[in-house]
Amino acid sequence: MIPSAFEYYAPGSVAEAIALLKTHGDEAKILSGGHSLIPLMKLRFASPAVIIDINGIPGLDYVKEEGGFLKIGALAREASLESSPVVQQKFPLIADVVKVIADPQVRNRATVAGNLAHGDPANDHPAVMLALGAEVELTGPGGSRTLPVSEFFVDLLETALTPEEVLTEIRVPVPPAGSGGAYYKIERKVGDFATIAVGSQVTLDSGGRVTAAGIGLTNAATTPIKATDAEAYLVGKSLDDATLEEAGRLAMAMSDPSSDSRAPAAYKKAMVKELTIRTLKRAAERARGGQA
Amino acid sequence: MSTHTVTLTVNGQEHTAQVESRLLLTHLIRDVLRLTGTHFGCDTTNCGACTVLLDGAAVKSCTLFAVQANGKSITTVEGMAQNGGLHPLQAAFREHHGLQCGFCTPGMLLSALDFLKKNPDPTEEEIRWGISGNLCRCTGYLSIVKAIKAAAKEMAAGGK
Repeated sequence: MIPSAFEYYAPGSVAEAIALLKTHGDEAKILSGGHSLIPLMKLRFASPAVIIDINGIPGLDYVKEEGGFLKIGALAREASLESSPVVQQKFPLIADVVKVIADPQVRNRATVAGNLAHGDPANDHPAVMLALGAEVELTGPGGSRTLPVSEFFVDLLETALTPEEVLTEIRVPVPPAGSGGAYYKIERKVGDFATIAVGSQVTLDSGGRVTAAGIGLTNAATTPIKATDAEAYLVGKSLDDATLEEAGRLAMAMSDPSSDSRAPAAYKKAMVKELTIRTLKRAAERARGGQA
Repeated sequence: MSTHTVTLTVNGQEHTAQVESRLLLTHLIRDVLRLTGTHFGCDTTNCGACTVLLDGAAVKSCTLFAVQANGKSITTVEGMAQNGGLHPLQAAFREHHGLQCGFCTPGMLLSALDFLKKNPDPTEEEIRWGISGNLCRCTGYLSIVKAIKAAAKEMAAGGK
């Protein structure tokens, strides 16, 4: 399948990329990993007149811990999360999710930032970043602004990015001691989009009570969902069976999946509840110092 | 700016070509450079038949534009054999019946090559995850997994 013709630019800096965006407006699309954009262009679901390839911009491919944050640059590939010691040690939720995103070749190209910027609720990082309370740095002609990820997803394939902005960095707060996270994804086959997936992150005090909880739902509505009702309910509670059941129910109540070729909506809703319970259990085990 | 001059190194040899910006890397490799060992299968980033190494990392060449390879180094299956001798992975695929029809083989070999570089002594399960981006419709994967396991031993012994 051959995409429509387009003008191609490969700027050498973020400033140049933004200048090109300013010139071409919403005619232009940023190309980073390209593993959402190029398939859409091949299917001609997207036919941007201008492609701005940012892969040649130096210094954007970092994954590093700095100032209490895990910082992920615009060009950090999924594969670089797999090989990052800080991710593997301090972010079991991210370590979980990266294993179930597409396949090794795709992870060598696809970027974490692109996974968010595409605004697809079926992508896996949005739910994870919602659970972890991450923020994003958006850079445009007037400089940079920072937005909580919870304010980033506007609608299906629509984000808070203006046509002149680039998502330049993701910042994930480093969880305090006594934290753990987990991601479960139901998929028909390796590399598929989630039928349903849930990511949970908890912090426990020494008595085993929840001091902070984050829960994100993948492919459970037209936008990624932060299950705030379940999160708020969990704070101050011990994760006994009745509490987990109620948290699962509250997360399910916030989901609004539609029936499709993967599963009927009723099944997806039931799985939101079940996966919320399972991920909370696993996250709590890890928070208590079980296997990361 | 919809036509570009790209210069890239393929299997150690430099090539320059005029390409339309929408030309896919796989078509540059197959149709312009005439290196038809790289197969073109599903065209939807699923099957992995078009896998090549881009600066050493396995990628699906149906999901990159040729212009993106400007200044890069590419390895295709034609670049695996050295000095007339098969690469240990190729030899192991032959020895252990890692192929039947052969359509998935070039992509499978290059995925395995990238995988073994990252994980030189893998378990069977790790191998299966390592080739999860490549579909084979003949072998049921058993013999492919066996071949990669054997090649890993051979490469470790040979220091490759």
